[in-house]
Amino acid sequence: MRPIAEGLFTDENPPRLIGGRNRATGRIVFPCPPGAEFEPYPLKREGTLWSYTIQRYRPKSPPYAGPEAFKPWPVAYVALEDETIVEARLNNVALDAIQIGMQLEMKPIPLDPDAADSPYIPSFQPVQVSA
Amino acid sequence: MSGDVCIVGVGIHPFGRTDGLSGLDQGVFAVRQAMADAGVDWADMQFAYGASDAAGNPDTMVERLGLTGMQFINVKNGCAAGGSALFSSQMAIKSGEFELGLAVGFDKHPRGAFNAMPAEYNLPDWYGEAGLMITTQFFAIKTMRYLHDHGIAAETLGRISEKAFRNAVHAPHAWRREPVSLDDIMNAPMVSDPYTKYMFCSPAEGGVALILASEKKARELGKPLVRLKAATMRTRPPGSFEVFAPSIDIDRGGSATRIASAAAFAAAGIGPEDIDVAQLQDTEAGAEIMHMAENGFCKDGEQQDWILQGRTEIGGALPINTDGGCLACGEPIGASGLRQVYENVVQLRGDGGGRQVPGNPNTAYSHVYGAPGVSAVTILER
Repeated sequence: MRPIAEGLFTDENPPRLIGGRNRATGRIVFPCPPGAEFEPYPLKREGTLWSYTIQRYRPKSPPYAGPEAFKPWPVAYVALEDETIVEARLNNVALDAIQIGMQLEMKPIPLDPDAADSPYIPSFQPVQVSA
Repeated sequence: MSGDVCIVGVGIHPFGRTDGLSGLDQGVFAVRQAMADAGVDWADMQFAYGASDAAGNPDTMVERLGLTGMQFINVKNGCAAGGSALFSSQMAIKSGEFELGLAVGFDKHPRGAFNAMPAEYNLPDWYGEAGLMITTQFFAIKTMRYLHDHGIAAETLGRISEKAFRNAVHAPHAWRREPVSLDDIMNAPMVSDPYTKYMFCSPAEGGVALILASEKKARELGKPLVRLKAATMRTRPPGSFEVFAPSIDIDRGGSATRIASAAAFAAAGIGPEDIDVAQLQDTEAGAEIMHMAENGFCKDGEQQDWILQGRTEIGGALPINTDGGCLACGEPIGASGLRQVYENVVQLRGDGGGRQVPGNPNTAYSHVYGAPGVSAVTILER
């Protein structure tokens, strides 16, 4: 997996997002800002859907680096308890099944699902009920 | 300086799309109209503050209007650019340094949504590459949460758009002047849920100019006194939810709008209940709804009843966006905040024609909001 940028994901399997923790105040943000003020802070893998929308037109390039072919995708803010609310794509969910409050887990997805070497971006999906 | 800063002249180049005219051309058009309205000449102008986001340096208009050597300062401040130009103009006169000057704003944006670049907002490149740096997306997400928290129906968004287009029929400077039915608004293609295409404003073109004077100078000019009782600009407090935020705090806080509004009411010495007409930033239908509460006019969640009861219609208790707002006029960033003030001056003078607020309004309020968490508010009184 090639991440879209360095310092976004932990090396664990499955990975977590790396936020930043303000050394003075304890405030947690995502991503970890450059500089000495924040230290890298792995965020919770699971959270709840805080709000969302569906991106129904292809964003302008630049800055969007996704494929020319476009079909609508959902994007959400996900609340990670006691940490922060992060913005990320949503995946593995029907557009009409998305609900505020649903349980989600982080799982990176390729920016271009049809490309062999696509970079991976932050994304969440409904928590899989394990058998 | 004793007395208030007054607005003695207003001018506007119609908003929308004007092929063949640059943004600067539209700004110059507005300045000439404002000077004619005030009965002053370019040579009388002692200073200018000019706002433009994407249409070049405003001070280059001296080439067109006259090389008088006047002070001309360019303002770039996101969606608050016009408000910041007006604030600065007000301070220039309040300080006693000048008696007569200009706040001008114009812009000309390409079609389609704004394509902001991460570096302009000190954000990492991947945020834009991943398709997350999109204004429409943010506003949709913010509104989705607000509707959920306060039990407001999506149809209420449609009613805001319906009102905007209905009001704009009577505003010669508006872009979209055809009424659109609620059904057509609700059934139009979805852009970013819960918003259909009629619920977002579009980047546009236009120019607005306001001539400001000390009260003494205004009396000399013999114009009806429209007093600028407050012009404030504020940035965001902790815990706000802003455009282009890869993360937001769990502890939700206030907003730039709330503090700009509170400061304006304090400066003017009046409260929300004293306002007769208001222009609130409505880059999308939900923005008008949220801004009704953030500016103190009602509580969160009361908006739906207000709208169903017609309280924000032209003939209602608090008419909002009497010229159709950004939804019907589009948003040329540098000019948009000044358009609101233009519309308020028109209303206070009683020149609104088919969109005139009845009952001789005495007070008027304007509010803009934009990235990365800026807000500007004005209060006018006659």
